[in-house]
Amino acid sequence: MPWTQVCCCYDGSFPGFLTCVFESYVHKEEPVEFRTPEDLSCSLYPQRTVQTHSAHAQRVYRSLEGKLGREGRELFVQGFLTCLPEKELWLWRFLRMGYDRGPAFTRNLTDPIVDTVRRAVQHLNSEAHQYKGFTRFSELHGILVGEIEPKNRVLPLLRPHFRGRYPGENLVLHDRTHQEALFSRPREWAILPVEDFRPGPPGEEELQYRKLWRSFYDTIAIEGRYNPQCRMTHMPKRYWAMMTEFQKDWDTALPQLPDTSCPKKDPFV
Amino acid sequence: MELLDELNILADAAKYDAACTSSGLDRSGRPGTAGSTMMAGCCHSFSADGRCISLLKVLLTNFCIYDCQYCINRRSNDLPRAAFTPRELCELTMGFYRRNYIEGLFLSSAVIQTPDYTTEQMIETLRLLREEYRFGGYIHAKAIPGADPLLTHRLGLLADRLSVNIELPSAQSLALLAPDKKKGAILAPMGQIRDGITVSKQELKVYRHAPRFAPAGQSTQMIVGATGESDRHILSLTQGLYDKYHLKRVFYSAYMPVSTSPLLPAPQGFQPPLLREHRLYQADWLLRFYHFRAEEILDEGRPDLDLRMDPKCCWALRHLEFFPVEVNRADYEALLRVPGIGVRSARRILTARRVGPLTFEGLKRLGVVLKRAQYFLTCSGRPLRGLKVTEDGLLRHLLALEAPALVPEEPVQLSLFDSAV
Repeated sequence: MPWTQVCCCYDGSFPGFLTCVFESYVHKEEPVEFRTPEDLSCSLYPQRTVQTHSAHAQRVYRSLEGKLGREGRELFVQGFLTCLPEKELWLWRFLRMGYDRGPAFTRNLTDPIVDTVRRAVQHLNSEAHQYKGFTRFSELHGILVGEIEPKNRVLPLLRPHFRGRYPGENLVLHDRTHQEALFSRPREWAILPVEDFRPGPPGEEELQYRKLWRSFYDTIAIEGRYNPQCRMTHMPKRYWAMMTEFQKDWDTALPQLPDTSCPKKDPFV
Repeated sequence: MELLDELNILADAAKYDAACTSSGLDRSGRPGTAGSTMMAGCCHSFSADGRCISLLKVLLTNFCIYDCQYCINRRSNDLPRAAFTPRELCELTMGFYRRNYIEGLFLSSAVIQTPDYTTEQMIETLRLLREEYRFGGYIHAKAIPGADPLLTHRLGLLADRLSVNIELPSAQSLALLAPDKKKGAILAPMGQIRDGITVSKQELKVYRHAPRFAPAGQSTQMIVGATGESDRHILSLTQGLYDKYHLKRVFYSAYMPVSTSPLLPAPQGFQPPLLREHRLYQADWLLRFYHFRAEEILDEGRPDLDLRMDPKCCWALRHLEFFPVEVNRADYEALLRVPGIGVRSARRILTARRVGPLTFEGLKRLGVVLKRAQYFLTCSGRPLRGLKVTEDGLLRHLLALEAPALVPEEPVQLSLFDSAV
């Protein structure tokens, strides 16, 4: 008998998603939609509200390496950080496929499900790699403060890099898109949700370094080889807004974006 | 002089150096130090000419005793001159590094007083940076030809990558344009660095804490288009350097008109050979990653690369007997020879075909560039459905793909009496 199709409502966290997987197997239900508290539209499918249960989530997580293989687990876990539309549904299909066929299924690169998840994870990894280079920090009272605006949730991937790079520093890296920030100091770190992020004004030295960098950046280009297309290929314009070398105004605390995001409206008012 | 002015002068003097990579070494930061390096390298920005900015590329000084005609810092050129003190440069590097502007330092220098004195100054800067500032990021240093081998050795112990510029592709050009530099004097440090790296690698196998000599290898660069060497000559030279000196990279730099010397192309109306440089890099990649040899890419009858098409396509068109390649059976080397299949997609093909036979639809998913590869492949014995191309049609199709990169030809009035027709 085919499993009943349902809409899963969960809290949007990774353990919550793993609990959904657990519940689906317990109730023999096939999730065809996933909802988080932020989604306000309603579904036509019967709803199953899932309370995050850490023991159940742990159990599913422990099964991943055996069933999906090390590579499959990596894809599954990182897949949850991507900006793939309906990522939960794709990951659910990916997991089912892995449970059915065993670790070798990740080799089937031409399969639409494996391919979709793989591409999304590749997008995540390449964006994380680019942010390793394109992130700019400002020193504010001895703390390194930076801001990024990524499409995927890259902070967990950037954390080991920046902690390895600055072992003795205190640093804060704010993700504007997902409104969370990485706080790190020697021997401890946390990624926490942040509502309002306003760093203080920069000091004299900070402004001096920005000026030096900007002037180095302008000097190093060879006029005879001017090639704006090539620059945009390697460094798309969406990164420019946060980069020191493209800032006209030196007095802002951090490279500032023009505020284009629309304020969230309550649909019932 | 203000730090800002010094930086402007010395970055301006260093910008014609092509190398700005930070790859070849993985090193994580340790407590008490600042900085790490990545195997793949990391680009921190791209300048308006589209080149990667990974390292703080500056000269220690641009006072020079030499008078090389192609070089902007030659003695006879009237330029503002400056020099960093070691401490200034260290402060600057650390300031930039902390703000994540750069991956490390690229330290080169014009030759001030003697090669030995110049190298000593560079060593002092790097020593300060490594020992006092505890800098663990990437350092690329230029070895100065003619310096004492012991000094070059000390430089290699502080830097991650060393390079010696071969400058021009032949000894005759060197004698003509850089009379103070000798071929022997350039190759001697390259050989020394190669041997140093080999010895250091062996020592590291026995003692874990043995000093590391240039752990990210060595590279070189040459100027293309200032003198009359053919591409065939340049590629054979490159291959020789990879084989004999185990270089990580050879960089090519299209000559920019920086001098009015009668020995060089006149600066008026001179177009730097950027497309030629691009084709040379493509051929260089074929040598390093695609198991090609220089003799296969170019031969006696064809001394220069075809600017209209990439070297791999050219090779494929000359060797149509090698094709079509059967995707489901061909070995890795054969797959790499197909235009439109790169290292990554060849590896993916090997993985994916263990699960089941591949189709053209599947190849597209794997990232194969079918608009190029379709002419050279069969899947399970069948070519792409509906594909009918004659041999000369093939050339036209492939040329059309490259069209955006090429400068359109000037229209010419046809003539009945043209002798060339």
